[in-house]
Amino acid sequence: MDGIHDLGGREGFGAVEYEADEPTFHAQWERRVFGLYLQRLGGAGNIDRRRHAIERIDPRAYLDHGYYGRWLGAMETLLCEANVLTREEIDARAASLGARPDDLVAARPSTKPDVMGDTEDPGDSIRPLTRSPRFGVGDDVMTMRHGVPGHTRLPAYARGRRGCIVLHHGGWVFPDTNAHGKGEYPQHLYTVAFTGAELWGETAEPGVVVHLDLFEPYLEFDDV
Amino acid sequence: MSDDSPQKIRTEAIESLLKERGLIDEEAIDEVIAMYNERVGPMNGARVVARAWTDPDFKRALLADGTEAVAPYEFEGGQMEKLVVVENSPGLHNVVVCTLCSCYPWAMLGLPPRWYKDPAYRSRIVREPRKVLKEFGVHLDDGTEVRVWDSSAEVRYLVLPERPAGSTGLDETALAALVTRDAMIGVARL
Repeated sequence: MDGIHDLGGREGFGAVEYEADEPTFHAQWERRVFGLYLQRLGGAGNIDRRRHAIERIDPRAYLDHGYYGRWLGAMETLLCEANVLTREEIDARAASLGARPDDLVAARPSTKPDVMGDTEDPGDSIRPLTRSPRFGVGDDVMTMRHGVPGHTRLPAYARGRRGCIVLHHGGWVFPDTNAHGKGEYPQHLYTVAFTGAELWGETAEPGVVVHLDLFEPYLEFDDV
Repeated sequence: MSDDSPQKIRTEAIESLLKERGLIDEEAIDEVIAMYNERVGPMNGARVVARAWTDPDFKRALLADGTEAVAPYEFEGGQMEKLVVVENSPGLHNVVVCTLCSCYPWAMLGLPPRWYKDPAYRSRIVREPRKVLKEFGVHLDDGTEVRVWDSSAEVRYLVLPERPAGSTGLDETALAALVTRDAMIGVARL
């Protein structure tokens, strides 16, 4: 999904705003969202589904509402999609607490959410594989040229790029299927190194290597 | 009409509805918040770094298999099924990011600071790391290689900073006190 979350290499966000002696939470509501979200209400909460729920919130809220605002949007999305709460009752309660009609709400629950089944979140992602890895350390690889709908972990800035395998991590749950209730389909995972020049061309800074952890289906041999 | 932020109001609305249905486990919430406030934080990563500086066998093991090397510490906090530790050295600087969300080695460093999760850092550090690091006060000469680690799966990365000059003779506890969160992300040097 070519969403607002895929930020690597985007321009125009300005300087990094550093805060000295930063508190863990900046407001009481952030603390509550943190505690509530980790309870995984809304069911079938595997990590990939929860990450994708964040990607699906309103893109304006993604940029404006902060990290815990994104979690809040994801939490509401999942609660509504699981029919634990309805959008209408949350809207009504929020209005009674002083919300304005034009307040930006982050959550955008789907009317046709993925059917996740009643599986519990196993809480881990390593899945040893008996099949051999297709690539080995030192192999030159090329990443997929195009994005895919839904959740995926190949950032747009590294699509259609040549890299080199530097680590092999064995088998892991495949987020692209797991996020959508289609099963874990474990895949070999590799750390792939890309030069700055390969990613950014002539504008690249010298002496930069960017590493990404990429699943086998994202990669092909680079034999050009 | 209220002066409260929309996020605050929305949180209260959802929380009050969940509470009425008996779906909130207050004890579990208190416990998880206490864990991150009290027991999980950069002091955990700092202990590991200080030991690596003083114990060559541990350092070798840590760089070879971070997960196994830190397992005896039994750190809480999650977000760390596999840990890879990357070492800074003269001529090599490492820095960690998650451009797609905000993955971070919670068990080693606690919850991430706001700047780590904000668009500016996530967008820029993969494209112009030298410039961003300079803004953080890390000035690298052109001959120093910069390795950026974009945590795009469940592997988590921790930077092993160079041991600061003038720290000879300090014991592990004193050394751990010198290690900062930012140095273990890779946006500071000690």
